[in-house]
Amino acid sequence: MATTSIDVDRMLYLTELTGMRVLAPNGQVVGRVRDVAITPSEHPRRVSRFLVGRRIRFVARYDQVAAISLDGIRLSDDRFIPFYPDDSHLLLCEDLLDQQIVDVNGRKVVRVNDLSLRIEHTPYREELWVHDVGVGLQGAFRRLTEGLLPHNVIRRVQQRIRPNTIPWEYCNIVEPDARRRLKLRISHHRLGQLHPADLADIAEELAPAEREALFETLDDKIAADALTEVNPKIQVSILKSLDKERAADIVEEMDPDSAADLLNALEEEESQEILKDMEQVPAAEVEELLEYGPETAGGMMNNRYIAVHEDARVRDAVEAMRGNQDLLKALTHIFLIDNQQKLVGAVAVARLFTAADDLPLRNLAFLETLRVQLDDDRDEVVELFDKYNLFALPVVEKDGELYGVITADDVISVLHPED
Amino acid sequence: MVNRIKNLRTHAMVFLAVLGPGFITAVVDNDAGGIFTYSEAGARFGYVPLWTMLPVTLILIVTQVMCSRMGAVTGKGLSDLIREEFGLRTTFLIMAALLVVNFTNVTANFAGIAGSLEIFGVSRYVSIPLGAALVWVLVVKGTYRSVEKIFLVASVFYIAYVISAFLIEPDWSEALRSSITPVVMFDGPYLAILVGLVGTSVAPWMQFYLQAAIVEKGIDVKQYAESRAEVIVGCVAMAFIKFFIIVCAAGAIWSAGPREIRDAAEAALALEPLGPYAYGLFAAGLFNASLLAASILPLSTAYSVCEGLGFESGVNHRFQEAPFFYGLYTLLVVVGAGVVLWPNFPLVRIILLSQVLNGVLLPVILILMLVLANRRDLMGKWVNTPLFNLVSYATVAVMIILSLAIVALSV
Repeated sequence: MATTSIDVDRMLYLTELTGMRVLAPNGQVVGRVRDVAITPSEHPRRVSRFLVGRRIRFVARYDQVAAISLDGIRLSDDRFIPFYPDDSHLLLCEDLLDQQIVDVNGRKVVRVNDLSLRIEHTPYREELWVHDVGVGLQGAFRRLTEGLLPHNVIRRVQQRIRPNTIPWEYCNIVEPDARRRLKLRISHHRLGQLHPADLADIAEELAPAEREALFETLDDKIAADALTEVNPKIQVSILKSLDKERAADIVEEMDPDSAADLLNALEEEESQEILKDMEQVPAAEVEELLEYGPETAGGMMNNRYIAVHEDARVRDAVEAMRGNQDLLKALTHIFLIDNQQKLVGAVAVARLFTAADDLPLRNLAFLETLRVQLDDDRDEVVELFDKYNLFALPVVEKDGELYGVITADDVISVLHPED
Repeated sequence: MVNRIKNLRTHAMVFLAVLGPGFITAVVDNDAGGIFTYSEAGARFGYVPLWTMLPVTLILIVTQVMCSRMGAVTGKGLSDLIREEFGLRTTFLIMAALLVVNFTNVTANFAGIAGSLEIFGVSRYVSIPLGAALVWVLVVKGTYRSVEKIFLVASVFYIAYVISAFLIEPDWSEALRSSITPVVMFDGPYLAILVGLVGTSVAPWMQFYLQAAIVEKGIDVKQYAESRAEVIVGCVAMAFIKFFIIVCAAGAIWSAGPREIRDAAEAALALEPLGPYAYGLFAAGLFNASLLAASILPLSTAYSVCEGLGFESGVNHRFQEAPFFYGLYTLLVVVGAGVVLWPNFPLVRIILLSQVLNGVLLPVILILMLVLANRRDLMGKWVNTPLFNLVSYATVAVMIILSLAIVALSV
């Protein structure tokens, strides 16, 4: 990735900034920088406060700063205000240094070694804007040698180390405290645009409190997709950490078979509570699946599928698909059933496109469809998929009534379980 | 009814799930370094060092429970916590020290592999390269998890010491009296053995390994009580074994004349009452313990260092994704094993030295752990109780004094 190259003289590293002298307008040293804060609700990257002094803390606001250089920070007036910790400030040293953040662009969790800031000139003053976050050896080198070697030596040596930085706009802070999250205007909007599988990997890397924060802020559908991809053990702990209503909202959006697997791993009481909070229809779908052992075909299947009457025509099948938009992403077959809901055959979805609207589906169907019964063993299912190269396998009750369908991804997750 | 069965099943699962980290850590604790340190203590000083068993077990329980509690409450590994709360520079220094000390521990266990197989007449120039290759492949190819159980089951070998102890007919009254009579002598070797006994039992790597394992298992505060029970059972079981190793060494070796242990065959004398099989049994047990620890230690070290310094880590990553992790891991295995092949490499001396280094690093790690475990913003209501703090601070003080005394006496 190309990083914008900017003049090194206009750059300051956070390691250089801390301990830097602060000068009053008359040139007298009034203290040293202890930490700096940005206030995201005012500006996403401008340093808004300089915390000065070790014991006696006071702050200089950004509009009191006349000039910034490696030699120190010169103020334009000496009206200092005492510092009160406030949740709307993000302290770069205290809140960010050494902590984990999410690199949205690289889709992974990284630890902050250092930050670089650039000096912005305005007609009246100089400001510091956060530029990027150092997560590699270069930042580590600065941290380790800061104070032991002169700044210019450190700068010269570090040029030999390959930088590993993340532009500030791609840094996502995961703040566990919801109130503070609000005040800091931290949104996980960018995270929400990642692929659910990447989000799941990120969640697995985070500590439980941060995981919870992540899932609290994602919207239900995205949270559900991501949760489906998370390692089962961690799934359970995430679900337990969320409040029951929110947990129910997320489970509702999951595929019933994934939801059932997840609820199965919870204790009876907890899963009942979540089911109670869910909308009626998804709850019923999940409850039905909960009846079957995880080692059986019933436990693998999904009970959301499209089935039409055996006498239906192509047009009816397309109509049924229109009414089930959420199933289309992975739909490979439409099933034909008789008046008793018994499985008659299956039609490959792609065939519908080459057939006339009024063609009876029966003419397109494969009538000797393979099927398994609810209590057939999981291994048998896997064998069938392997032997016949299946994409979908219907699951029926003893009398032949269609109950659900197992798809290839269900088999893959059996063959290649996470962890 | 179905619910009842399901509940029963979940309870059993919870127990089985937590029956793991604490026990494994305790078993690995009695590695080559442990076996030799206990044997040396008994062979050289007889029953005298037995008094360390009670306080050392108490320290072990306190530190291990503290780690598992930190893991369960924060969901973060020890090196993560050190990094977040003490910054990069402290972390770097700690990790550098841990790397050096663990490196000697890895070497000690490869020395254990070499020593044990030499009893069977296998040259170390054969056993070490093969052992190192085996360890590397087991871990990197991810088959280690399935073999781990075999190692753990094979650890029942330790019972041989219990049986041997009864066959030796040692001076039980002397042994029991020594167990509760603290003896401190200002003698370099004796103090070194004391530090080694603490260092081998409460090794720094264990704190990192256990906490990481607790986090990886996903044990949270709700399962913490079960996990704590498991940790304590593991510590007590291993203390029991240690007691018998010292008694055997004292009864079979020291009573015939105090001496230093120079190789594995001499350490095997403690099992002599078991007859012609003594050497084979000892060698097999030592081999198993060494191989188990040689698999876990480099991995745990690479994990801790990479987590602390913010490098990608874990065997679920590909080499290209975590080059530093795999590089460090490979370096530890290759160099740790390679050193043993050095001509005239003093196997046992290095093994004992590694345990002393453990003891020297321990107070430093303990201080960091104490600061962390007392932070209310991290631990909430799970902060240390005064008793935990008392035992830990006392340990820190004693270990620092002992370490300084050794340095003073060896100058």
